[in-house]
Amino acid sequence: MSGALRISGAGRLSQAKTARFSFDGQSYTGIEGDTLASALLANGVHLVGRSFKYHRPRGILSAGAEEPNALVQIVRDDARKTPNVRATVQELYDGLAANSQNRWPSLSFDVGAVNDLASPLFSAGFYYKTFMWPKAAWKSLYEPKIREAAGLGISPDRPDPDHYSSRYAHCDVLVLGGGAAGIAAALAAAETGVRVILADEQAEFGGSLRFESGAKIDGKDGFTWAQAAIARLSAMDNVRVLPRTTAFGYYAQNFVGLVERVSDHLKAPGHDQPRERLWQVRAKRVVLASGAIERHMVFANNDRPGVMLAGAARTFLNHYGVAVGRNVGVYTANDSAYGAAIDLKKAGVNVAAIVDLRDNPTGPVIDEARALGIEINFGRAVIRAGGKLRVSSMTVQPKNGGGERTIAVDAILMSAGWTPSVHLFSQSRGKVAFNDETKRFVPGTYAQDCVSVGACSGTDGLSATVDEAYVAGAKAARDAGAKAAKGTKPKVDASESWSRGMLGAAPGAGPDTTVKAFVDFQNDVTAKDIRQAVHEGMRSIEHVKRFTTNGMATDQGKTSNMHGLAIAAETLGKPIPEVGLTTFRAPYTPVTFGAIVSHARGPLFDPTRRTAIHPWAEAQGAVFEDVGQWKRAWHFPKAGEDMHAAVDRECVAVRNQAGLFDASTLGKIEVVGPDAAKFMELLYTNPWEKLEPGRCRYGIMLREDGFIYDDGVVGRLASDRFHVTTTTGGAPRVMNHMEDYLQTEFPHLNVWLTSITEQWAVIAVQGPKSRDIIEPLVEGIDMSDEALPHMSVREGKICGVPTRLFRMSFTGERGFEVNVPADYGQAVWEALWAEGQKHGATAYGTEAMHVLRAEKGYIIVGQDTDGTVTPNDAGLDWAVGKKKADFVGIRGLTRPDLVAKGRKQLVGLKTKDPKVVLEEGAQIVEDPKQAIPMKMIGHVTSSYWSQNCGRSIALALVAGGRDRMGDTLYVPMPNGVIEVEVTGMVFFDETGGRLNG
Amino acid sequence: MLLIRCPYCEEERPELEFRNAGEAHIARSANMAGESDHDFEKFFFIRSNPKGIIYERWRHVHGCARFFNAVRDTVTDKFVMTYKAGEPKPSKLPGVTK
Amino acid sequence: MAKVAAKTASTASPSAERRPALAGRTVSATGVKVEVLPPAERISLRAPEASVAALSKALGLTLPKQPKTSASKGGRTALWLGPDEWLVIDEAGKDPLADCAGVSALHSSVGVSHRNIAISVAGPAAEAAINSGCPQDLSLEAFPVGAASRTILGKAEIVLLRTADEAFRVECWRSFSDYVFTFLSEGARDAAG
Repeated sequence: MSGALRISGAGRLSQAKTARFSFDGQSYTGIEGDTLASALLANGVHLVGRSFKYHRPRGILSAGAEEPNALVQIVRDDARKTPNVRATVQELYDGLAANSQNRWPSLSFDVGAVNDLASPLFSAGFYYKTFMWPKAAWKSLYEPKIREAAGLGISPDRPDPDHYSSRYAHCDVLVLGGGAAGIAAALAAAETGVRVILADEQAEFGGSLRFESGAKIDGKDGFTWAQAAIARLSAMDNVRVLPRTTAFGYYAQNFVGLVERVSDHLKAPGHDQPRERLWQVRAKRVVLASGAIERHMVFANNDRPGVMLAGAARTFLNHYGVAVGRNVGVYTANDSAYGAAIDLKKAGVNVAAIVDLRDNPTGPVIDEARALGIEINFGRAVIRAGGKLRVSSMTVQPKNGGGERTIAVDAILMSAGWTPSVHLFSQSRGKVAFNDETKRFVPGTYAQDCVSVGACSGTDGLSATVDEAYVAGAKAARDAGAKAAKGTKPKVDASESWSRGMLGAAPGAGPDTTVKAFVDFQNDVTAKDIRQAVHEGMRSIEHVKRFTTNGMATDQGKTSNMHGLAIAAETLGKPIPEVGLTTFRAPYTPVTFGAIVSHARGPLFDPTRRTAIHPWAEAQGAVFEDVGQWKRAWHFPKAGEDMHAAVDRECVAVRNQAGLFDASTLGKIEVVGPDAAKFMELLYTNPWEKLEPGRCRYGIMLREDGFIYDDGVVGRLASDRFHVTTTTGGAPRVMNHMEDYLQTEFPHLNVWLTSITEQWAVIAVQGPKSRDIIEPLVEGIDMSDEALPHMSVREGKICGVPTRLFRMSFTGERGFEVNVPADYGQAVWEALWAEGQKHGATAYGTEAMHVLRAEKGYIIVGQDTDGTVTPNDAGLDWAVGKKKADFVGIRGLTRPDLVAKGRKQLVGLKTKDPKVVLEEGAQIVEDPKQAIPMKMIGHVTSSYWSQNCGRSIALALVAGGRDRMGDTLYVPMPNGVIEVEVTGMVFFDETGGRLNG
Repeated sequence: MLLIRCPYCEEERPELEFRNAGEAHIARSANMAGESDHDFEKFFFIRSNPKGIIYERWRHVHGCARFFNAVRDTVTDKFVMTYKAGEPKPSKLPGVTK
Repeated sequence: MAKVAAKTASTASPSAERRPALAGRTVSATGVKVEVLPPAERISLRAPEASVAALSKALGLTLPKQPKTSASKGGRTALWLGPDEWLVIDEAGKDPLADCAGVSALHSSVGVSHRNIAISVAGPAAEAAINSGCPQDLSLEAFPVGAASRTILGKAEIVLLRTADEAFRVECWRSFSDYVFTFLSEGARDAAG
């Protein structure tokens, strides 16, 4: 049997399909189609958790996403322990294991419940007042203890093994909510042929039709009609029906985020099934059909397990076939709770009494309840619930005071009325309006192309709802461009009526009382707390909310906001709209990080870019470093070598024989057109007009403010064609910078830019033997010094494939950069490598490249410059064309600060002890004995051990640096002061003879 | 995610394809080298940062790659209109009363 | 310019082996197949309006002038990428770079055959697989056969061409191809579900 409280003949689940599950280690049996909540209730389990602050025992309040209490941890395996799952949403599967949260040592005996007795200490705003002193205790004592005590489940401590997916979708009409309103709207829209998406957070569509036993549409009972309509919609090509899908955020221009729970309800999810799928939907029109949420009654001990919303009890009965008790009481301020009493009574459950706050209400449901022999008490209030781990009684009193009477019950079904779910409307930036007559906030001014229908719009009654929704669905489709519809509007044959109810604290929990009448269950906020907040000076509802934390739990106050607002308004003596409603923000219900991240994990977290030569380097055992998204070979250690030894060997080999270096990641831009040189003149500081085709030049690019932005060698392939190189990291922004000027400042120039970074693999061959290595493989290029001097470029062939062969050097040695079409990169590298082996060549990585260039004082933009360095600061004044009338940065360079004396200039530093290698970023001072804080005059930008120099070398930016040649400066470090001498930037081959050596 | 109308692609495209490029209609001087300190300061450093209507440059960087101009309301985040680079500031804005 | 240094003497060294990225990679899921396509000849073509006719003639197809469109003829496709920009892809082994070399009308043509990798995404679920990371509306109404656009897939830029009702060609830069292929594979796996 699937639980003692399962009523045979009630509900829509098949008793035959049982599912075993456990809660806190105890085994139970439920039915497929149950939620964890309905399965627990079927087994008579109401106590499912402890509250956040007071650790009070808590039960199941609702049957849906608004649930504040029944949060559990679902444990699939060691890595899949999901905390804070609402038991009312989690569908049962065979083998499901759930644990209660926030209790120790057990759910029925929780030591933390002492907080309940000590509750005067924990009144509203207690954490702002109590844990103030001593200050140091916050981090070490208060915070960890509070976090421990006020837990909400346990985070899993292993990586999430599930996968999550995402999908962009576009539709004409997006319908959010799949109750009667949503279905009617979707039908109307779908019948026109436009693209429709219909989403509902429940496993089954129908919304309140799941419990409204009195609804009949098109001759069928409401729920059956809903299923038939969904089947019809699902079969239509233009419609996507998404169950178990929550619209969590409504963003600009009808962009709506949905999370579809794909496999949380399955015993064994398929390998290809994501756990959740994020839908990012762009809709031409949105129909909001999000329904309404029932409010609880605010009275003493209204949080006892067994005290629940009337509509929820009815859902458990009519949908899941579960009686929430055997002897229930009803406490209401509106008609809808009568339906619960009537259905339960008819199912054989004893209804001890209906307590109705209203004085003399009339209507068919009241007559029916009376006819069934249910005791009805008008004008009375339940002033407290009895029992602790489960409600055992309700104490009734005339609402204006008088004699008390205690009635034994095992559940109390309550309804204070229904709050329209305006969350998504509010997120769309729509403005709600307060309806004074019905005392509810309903959609007022719309900010986007959407419409609210049914209960979320304040429409009462099924008939009016379906009418409104059908018309709205058709209109949404028309507005989205649909032609005529050809369907017929569903006909409501019978329905129940919604009614208004009450807001705020019920009698017995009024201003003169100190009872624990909960407004917000999840954050343990009582009516008294709200009043206290007002008494302590909070005036705006936003302040009251933050002071009390009302509505700030994971349920975002779905059941509590209106009560809290009403109590605050009453205490302030102001009408509700003057106190204001708090803003609803996304997400509507909590969204997993998994869904938000979706595909972007592991290899898809960010693109990892590899060069064509990468596989070779990998096979050689290269160690790689990340440079932006690129993987670059950092060094190539041989067996037994550490990085230091490998880099030393690579550096020495390049200077003595030759080295091969993968420079493919350098940015490359082809600048083509008759005005190419004119454009280059404007974008770089150097002169270009007179550069001969076949020659290269080192170019500096500035921003308009005069600071160095990028640099690189540029080859002129023809009068109208330049091959520009940029730094690896700078490639995309340099391209953007150039396009920006070309398109918006110099559009008159006939020139175009094409990124060719990835067209060409680049193999730098550097060192005295470099020519000997390349020459045998090259066709059509004379490689003599006369024909191919330093800083020239030729096109020809290497290894039978096209090449752009640059003679250039970033090492100070004779050097070449061999560009070949990328797919040939590795083969040409291998050919050069084979040739290189005859000459003792080595492969070198980025670290050796850095050392070699530093030995020559060649700067790296972004390392030796930081966006505040001018060409002059960097000692590169020679690269600025003095006769040029214009270039980007020309005016910036003459700004007073940029020509002032004492600017930081790039210089070399030699440590007095040649073995000491400075730390990059270390600060430099003139006098190490001065008082702290010392005056810092610069910092180290590059620093290496140079095996070729037999000592450490460094570059630094130092105030007035070039006037300090030979001076001694100091680098204070934690374990001592390092003495350094200021030098020129070139540490090796100062005359530059080796470029042709 | 916003939809932005690209005046070159002649349709609305997802914001992910675009990149903001700062305030529009700040022309670079034809005689840059001769600009006074004051004019250069205005050109390079000073931006209007209005509450309300702003004229911006955007680039459809992952689309047609064109820079274009946009009128946007910094209060509502809404794009009022877009137009091609080089076109003058629109004299009338659709739907904006001032 | 092209042949600055085209010289006679051919010491005829053996031609280097071409190793395309991801060569031969394929992933099949229910309703969609993701497959790396063989190398093709490509140019990035830039030209003002006045040169379009001459270039069209040289290339043997009419360069499209409408946004988000392409033109195809004899194994050669020209994709409109911007108001003065086309990606010309030749799968028939003829080099469009050579065809444009003789055109004197103002233009820029740059060889990008090795810059791009092409991936075919085909099957009833192709649209959904690409929409796993591409924010554009790919319905046949909004993105019909022949539609072409530079856009985004996850964190990478792609060029998308619809070749048939249920088939797309995705082009991306070489070093992004592993990311793009993996993304499309995941999208395909999900689209199947």
